[in-house]
Amino acid sequence: MKPSTLRTLALLTALLIGAGFALVFFWAPNEADQGFVQKIFYLHVPLAIVALGGFIVGGIHAIRHLRSGDPVHDARSYVSIHASVIFGVAVLVTGMIWAKASWGRWWVWDEPTLVSFLIVFLLYCTYYPLRYAIEDRDRQARYASVFAITAGAFVPLNFMAVRAAESLVHPRTFGTVDGGLPTDMWIAFLVCFAGIALLWVTLVGFELTAKRTSAQLSRLRRSLLDDRSPRGAGVAGRIAPRGAGAGR
Amino acid sequence: MSRPGPSTAAVIGAFLAKDLRVELRTLQSIPAMLLFATTVFVIFRFGLDRTRLDGSLAAGVLVVTILFAALLAINRIFVAEREQGGLEALRLAPADGSALFFAKAAALLAYLVILELFALPVFWLFFLADGAGLVPLLPVLLLLDLALAATGALIAPMAAHSRARDLIGPLILLPLLLPALIAAAAAGRHLLAAGGPSYEMYGTWLGLLGLYDLIFLLIGWAAFDFLLED
Repeated sequence: MKPSTLRTLALLTALLIGAGFALVFFWAPNEADQGFVQKIFYLHVPLAIVALGGFIVGGIHAIRHLRSGDPVHDARSYVSIHASVIFGVAVLVTGMIWAKASWGRWWVWDEPTLVSFLIVFLLYCTYYPLRYAIEDRDRQARYASVFAITAGAFVPLNFMAVRAAESLVHPRTFGTVDGGLPTDMWIAFLVCFAGIALLWVTLVGFELTAKRTSAQLSRLRRSLLDDRSPRGAGVAGRIAPRGAGAGR
Repeated sequence: MSRPGPSTAAVIGAFLAKDLRVELRTLQSIPAMLLFATTVFVIFRFGLDRTRLDGSLAAGVLVVTILFAALLAINRIFVAEREQGGLEALRLAPADGSALFFAKAAALLAYLVILELFALPVFWLFFLADGAGLVPLLPVLLLLDLALAATGALIAPMAAHSRARDLIGPLILLPLLLPALIAAAAAGRHLLAAGGPSYEMYGTWLGLLGLYDLIFLLIGWAAFDFLLED
């Protein structure tokens, strides 16, 4: 991505998140049951949806990488998963805060969505040790892609299993999302969701650009070194004596 | 004129026969699994301080023991290929890479069935008041074995080619297997209940396990070629 595009994205993200929070705190009404605490919903739920969506996007890029062999898709898959894992930490932290505020405990096992998310998060955390334990670059990219596809298929299965294992005795807080969320809450939620989604896109854009730039830099450095070695008096050879002279 | 090559099924059969023959001659995995499972039962007896188990505790002990014993076999399933470099030779077989995946999964499945033929009677002897729940538990365990075999055969070659090989396999497999574990333990909880087996949500759990098996067999079939390329 071009620097100007990244700048626009970053500004737009800040604007949307700012607007979203303004709506949440000054416009959307307090929820009847939970009161002010429920406001964390506008942060927690968008983060969770975007993180899960990011994992799926990582899996799709992985499929494209295996089909084309183009390392660009592997980089996109890696960066998508990376950003989503970071979002995942935020999901778990905000989820725990919400649990403490509404049930009085930092962790509850009978909230299937949060438990499922924890399992998905644990699986994706193993992406890094797998990736960095393989030295060959090409093999690393292929194995990481197979992992990303496997884990992508695992996400819905896991949600089904955990949901089925719950006896559903506890009232589900997220139930309000499907049913009776008032219009003003919906609007605040959607603005927050758009802001968080854009934040993910911006972060992915920045990291991809940084990766490409550092790859370019090491390519330049290599070509500089190659220039020096065969003739002994390449670019580096011309620079070195002057530097040595200044040292004396 | 070239003769038609052997079918994929024949290649899978040859791979599987080779793995089973190697196991029969070296006895590297199966005896270790049996010994391990028995020891883990003893560990649970003292760790939980229980001499009789039923319900969720019984199901949990059985399923977790099978899971850990399976990890031993999964860690070793690609060892011969890695240490003695047989992978190149296997890839000369006239079938695509997924034949090796299915053969390895079938070998793991065979090991696990042998493990359970031994471990279930021992479990009954050690912990159960009556074994009525074990019969309807068999299809659940078979589907769990298939889940362990499919994911194991998919993850094992990745782990085998990494630096931290003995670490990577279990690290990925434990969270990956959680849905299958949840389903098997939940089905077992009702089947091994104190008052005799009950079939609450039995079909749901079997269906979930079957879906899990199907998905990971499909992924292995589609993606295994990419794990073998050099």
